Amino acid sequence: MCWIPISAEERREMLSSIGVESFVDLVSSIPPQFRLRKPLDLPPPLSEIEISRLMLRLSEENHDLAHHICFLGGGSYDHWVPAAVSSIIERSEYYTAYTPYQAEVSQGTLQAIYEYQSLICELTGMDVANASMYDGASATAEAALMSYSITGRETILVSEALNPAHFQVLTTYTSGLNLRVKRIPLKKGGTDWDKLAGMLDERVASVIIQNPNFLGVVENLNQVGELVHRVGALLVMVVDPISLGILKPPGDYGADIAVGEGQALGNPTCFGGPYLGFFACRKEFMRKLPGRLVGATVDSQGRRGFVLILQTREQHIRREKATSNICTNQALNALAATVFLTLLGRQGIRDLALLCLQKCHYLQRHLCEIDGFKLRYPSPFFKEFAVVPPLSAKEVIDFLAEQGIFVGPDLGRFGMGDGFLVATTEKRSKEEMDLLIENLKEIPSAKRRG
Amino acid sequence: MADKLIFELSGRGKVGYALPKPDVPPLFPEELLPPEVLREYPPQLPEVSEVEVVRHFVNLSQLNYHVDQGLYPLGSCTMKYNPKVGEELAKLPGFRDLHPYQPERTVQGALKLMYELEEMLCEITGMVRFTLQPAAGAQGELTSLLMIRAYHTKRGNPREKVIIPDSAHGTNPASTHLAGYRAVEVKSDPQGLVNLEELRRLMDKDVAALMLTNPNTLGLFESHIKEIADLVHQVGALLYMDGANMNALLGITRPGDLGFDAVHLNLHKTFSTPHGGGGPGSGPVGVNEKLVDFLPVPLVEKGEKGYKFDYDQPNSIGKMQGFYGNFGVMVKAYIYLRMLGAKGLREVSEGAIVNANYLMKGLKDYYYLPFDRFCLHEFVLSGSRQKAKGVKTLDIAKRLLDYGFHAPTVYFPLIVPEALMIEPTETESKESLDGFVEAMKKIAQEVEEDPELVRSAPHTTPVSRLDERKAAKDLDVRWKG
Repeated sequence: MCWIPISAEERREMLSSIGVESFVDLVSSIPPQFRLRKPLDLPPPLSEIEISRLMLRLSEENHDLAHHICFLGGGSYDHWVPAAVSSIIERSEYYTAYTPYQAEVSQGTLQAIYEYQSLICELTGMDVANASMYDGASATAEAALMSYSITGRETILVSEALNPAHFQVLTTYTSGLNLRVKRIPLKKGGTDWDKLAGMLDERVASVIIQNPNFLGVVENLNQVGELVHRVGALLVMVVDPISLGILKPPGDYGADIAVGEGQALGNPTCFGGPYLGFFACRKEFMRKLPGRLVGATVDSQGRRGFVLILQTREQHIRREKATSNICTNQALNALAATVFLTLLGRQGIRDLALLCLQKCHYLQRHLCEIDGFKLRYPSPFFKEFAVVPPLSAKEVIDFLAEQGIFVGPDLGRFGMGDGFLVATTEKRSKEEMDLLIENLKEIPSAKRRG
Repeated sequence: MADKLIFELSGRGKVGYALPKPDVPPLFPEELLPPEVLREYPPQLPEVSEVEVVRHFVNLSQLNYHVDQGLYPLGSCTMKYNPKVGEELAKLPGFRDLHPYQPERTVQGALKLMYELEEMLCEITGMVRFTLQPAAGAQGELTSLLMIRAYHTKRGNPREKVIIPDSAHGTNPASTHLAGYRAVEVKSDPQGLVNLEELRRLMDKDVAALMLTNPNTLGLFESHIKEIADLVHQVGALLYMDGANMNALLGITRPGDLGFDAVHLNLHKTFSTPHGGGGPGSGPVGVNEKLVDFLPVPLVEKGEKGYKFDYDQPNSIGKMQGFYGNFGVMVKAYIYLRMLGAKGLREVSEGAIVNANYLMKGLKDYYYLPFDRFCLHEFVLSGSRQKAKGVKTLDIAKRLLDYGFHAPTVYFPLIVPEALMIEPTETESKESLDGFVEAMKKIAQEVEEDPELVRSAPHTTPVSRLDERKAAKDLDVRWKG
């Protein structure tokens, strides 16, 4: 087998050096009644040529976004992945290393993480960021847990416009603990601040608000920091990192913790993963951060270098008293985000966000000119909005998919009412948007309601 | 040299991107959004050209030690070679460029892959079903514990405690705490296995589960597994296997046959998907009939009209990931399993076991071996003899870097003082193993003859020993302009 570099003769030599006659002697500690007597029932082995053919065929059973037009949103977006990002993360110096436990031979990974932490801080306006979480959903759940640990309070208030998948993960993660998770109702597609004011008291650990929210609405957050802090609770913001090219960052709203799905930063949609969750907070909470953290230091000759720091927060030292159980994270995806943000720079992130904004508004204006298609909430939006069609969302989605155009997700699948989401990234051309409009106009009137 | 931060290379007005010109009305943000939601100042990201970005990260990459360079014997991390074909095929647009909310009809190939991967994992472990959702081993542990909690709750009482051996990975007690349980430690016996007497004493109706790593972190198989499983099941508790060390058991024995009710696997260890400098991994969880109703949603089902996601599971614990798990990692594991088949998989574990024993035999005359008998895929030495001469295990680890090897896992498991936990994996040649033995011998000799050389190591790496104390004091965690 090509991945085992030991010949039969070498193996015999090695067994004899170990002092056994055959391999079976080495596994005598496994009680014989538990040893498999026949081979596993698995498909027969394939050569590289055969597996390549098989995988190509399998991949062609999928309708990929390289050949179809994607207006899908809901937490994963068809953004541009620059060639230089792929080229860097495909270097085996990065992808075949592991967690930088031996700092002296891991400076590449460590410095890249330090730069990642810095970039996330700049983008979010926060003081400190960790090296990554699994995804936006688990980062949101960990933010709730961190607020519980900081405040000792047991109620988490969550906007009803938080990504429903994030909410599900949050409730699953906290299901073994004595936390009460309550929803803050919406008004016109945005979180209802009056209702929030009525729910806030000194039992609240944190308030979790997504911006732009799951329905695409850019929330009006100027008062919320003060409101939340008045009762000593923490403000957790869940944000789209691309939007921060033009939208006010969590730090400016007084957020205590900022998290989000980092997929949009140089990671392909890849059927939902691997992505990365970014996680940032204010300096005073650094010791409560989950996950890995890299700090700068010097070596014995005074040269700058980087190491994992505050490891006493982590599970391998602190065990059950750790701030989180996370060990392996999404380092390579964070590296993609690092290269992506570096390529874009201060001007590029704004230009990119602006393209999304302009295209989304163009699309919305023309889409809602079609008879019967309504913008669900007349509120500010960034790169995504909710549409209510004159027939069921599912019918629209299926009809368009036949034409090679993807929109959605259907809000009904999350119990979030009528309609579906439409998202535009910088990749969508006017031509593609016009094609979507033309197709929507052609939905047979017979299918329409009424 | 990559001695500068990317921020320090920034020059006003330089760009590293080429975005299209707007093909729609180029309105300003102020025309489309209320002013109070807009950013008042740009984020201070660096301004660099593409060539500078590429050179920066290529130069940085060269400061890394990695598996494609040589032996990486981190115990319990299974740092094996990652086949290139997996990297190549996972990039096919039909896998990489799929949106998670596309209609199921348009992702049949992806669903089929997940379905068949689950089937293979079930066969390998003897479990009934798997969730592929957890992104890493620790998330797999939490998933399992939440299912165990749901199982007991359904029977009227979630129970209070989870028993964990003192040799276990730190994620075990951390996950236990997060699942709302109290972690109770059971000591190892003089053979390095679970102390059966103590386990018997700890077992009562408040115990929800025993988390067992098998083979354990000493690389030893828990030979009393039958007695352990019986003790656990007698009080109605469940037996959970941390499958971090599954590389020892492929085609040899199966967790399901050993009496485990749940097991997580690490696709990035056992099934050779790359570790990515710390992730992404994938930590699927397999369960038997007792826990199948509690698996996270959705599961992939095969129906008359093809494959589909099934969300209709009333007793499910919910969701652990925003979508379906690290699909890109699953693709690589699928390729690995399809290429190996049953015979190849068994060769993997045989190779891992032979390599570990060969290395152990080569080293035990020079370093103290606290548990001196055949190991499975890994073994643990103690640097206690060298410690007595004033050289710590950390120094030995650093000196190994000078000899061109990555260091083993050090100071773990906690039950061995000055531990060096060594897992060579099956993808190392005899020459590579002999080279490692040679280096370790030389270091043992240096400890006798020139201990300062070892204490001040490494000497040949891009940076020398780093000042951890200063890092902990300064807490310099970001560039500040």
